[in-house]
Amino acid sequence: MDLQRIKQLLIAKFGASCIVDEELSGLQPALLIHKDFILGVCQELRDHNETWFDFLSCISAVDYGVTEGFGVVYHLASIPYRTQLTLKVMLENHREEQVLPWVDSVSSVWRTADWHEREAFDLMGIFFKNHPDLRRILLPDDWKGYPLRKDYKDAEEYHGIPIN
Amino acid sequence: MTDSKIVDTETTIKTDTQAALKAYQERMSAIGPEEMIINIGPQHPSTHGVLRLEVISDGEIVKEAVPHMGYLHRCFEKHAESMNYGKTIPFTDRMDYLASMNNSHAFVMGVERMLGIAEEIPKRIEYIRVLVCELNRIASHLIAIGTYGIDIGAFTPFMWCFRDREHIMNMLEWASGSRMLYNYIWVGGLFYDLPVGFEERCKEFVAYFKPKLVELDELLTNNQIFISRTANIGALPLEVAINYGCSGPMLRASGLKWDLRRVDDYSAYPEIDFEIPIGKGEMGTLGDCWDRYKVRVDEIKESVKIIEQCIERLQHELKRRPDFDPRAMVPKKVSPKAQDYYVRAENPKGELGFYFITDGRLDIPRRVKARGPSFNNLSVLPELSKNILIADLIAILGSIDIVLGEVDR
Repeated sequence: MDLQRIKQLLIAKFGASCIVDEELSGLQPALLIHKDFILGVCQELRDHNETWFDFLSCISAVDYGVTEGFGVVYHLASIPYRTQLTLKVMLENHREEQVLPWVDSVSSVWRTADWHEREAFDLMGIFFKNHPDLRRILLPDDWKGYPLRKDYKDAEEYHGIPIN
Repeated sequence: MTDSKIVDTETTIKTDTQAALKAYQERMSAIGPEEMIINIGPQHPSTHGVLRLEVISDGEIVKEAVPHMGYLHRCFEKHAESMNYGKTIPFTDRMDYLASMNNSHAFVMGVERMLGIAEEIPKRIEYIRVLVCELNRIASHLIAIGTYGIDIGAFTPFMWCFRDREHIMNMLEWASGSRMLYNYIWVGGLFYDLPVGFEERCKEFVAYFKPKLVELDELLTNNQIFISRTANIGALPLEVAINYGCSGPMLRASGLKWDLRRVDDYSAYPEIDFEIPIGKGEMGTLGDCWDRYKVRVDEIKESVKIIEQCIERLQHELKRRPDFDPRAMVPKKVSPKAQDYYVRAENPKGELGFYFITDGRLDIPRRVKARGPSFNNLSVLPELSKNILIADLIAILGSIDIVLGEVDR
């Protein structure tokens, strides 16, 4: 099933504004989805019997640069059709602790997204709305800051233990 | 449908990062009078590394198991953003340290496809890569099987598996110079060609190893005590496995023929004949612990078949030649043009993926995300460990076959 057909399906269901842009130049074509639609789009892509993306390979949080902002990339795979699809969401460039960039959680669609989103929250500081258990997963619970951000400054010490 | 379908137009919401932590702490402090929190790990051998399980138990019954990870977090993704591709390969070795060859193979394949040289890699190099990867797959599965025996209470299979694994370690050390963390597969080629006589020694190993597999079956696979401990325990239905992103032997044990070596047909695998073993529920329910164990045993047998075919071709049509240089294709500077690419490959534990973002200006990637199969396979543990016995929790955890180096990265 090609990308154009997927686009048609999504536009018919959610309207033209759900797809912001598309990337066709690379080895793997990608759809840029509007942030407000990501949960519905994922649900539709998983359940529609023409797409059937029942396997979520990976969720990657990306910091595109201090001036560009954040993004979340979803890699879906369809086991019956043996196809792959990349979805991207662009998020606001909020770098303060109080106001994190946020997006809806897709852990109600694929349960595997639960831990992927916890990791994205832990290392990149993306907030996933309606996530069941958004705790840090790899770093200690009381860690300060989000290390994969481009503007992250290494901590000097942790509980009085010097680092570096 | 129009734009009015936009459900939420606010750009900022109050992002309370501490709410989930508070809810978790309250839940842990509000357990019932009959319940007890048992802490398993992070130093206990049955957790296969530094995994900590917080178990809410009622007597012998596990009500809920909460995994805590990160004790082995080594910042792979942050490191990969600060050095070039060749320097990152040793880091990939240390992710799933029981299957280093497979890790670097996946990583290198992704970089080669981004560079556009994946089709030009000489056949001999591809076959050597497959050969060492399958040797490493056997070694990894031998550890999974051996330590699983120990989890259940059988000590002998552990010693037998380690004895056979040591032969593979010695051979790979001979080829690469290192026993576990090889840095052998490079972008565009290999560190060295195989040492002279490697193929013959491989053949000797296969001849030695095949009867040992029969012994292993007699000792463990068909052992009634082992079957009683593993059959009907931790049955994972297929739709749950897919929904939780399980892959590799976990997914195949639930009855799905899904092997990326066949799905994606990468490297030399399309030319090689092998079967994909799946769980059949022979001893109990489909997708139980015994099925997961059996899939690994069968995969070892398939890997032996692959190794035999590789040696056959490496000794004849792809024979060693004096002018063959495994580093001839290695680029002086690896800088793919600006793009992003997700590569996936079948590791012993499941689907290993790397997601690269490059900006085309430097030979350093902007972002590398690693998708570890153990990480996803482990995430199904809380689902499987509801209202089971504590002893069965250990059996289930062992059957998932995690490597903490990859869970934490």
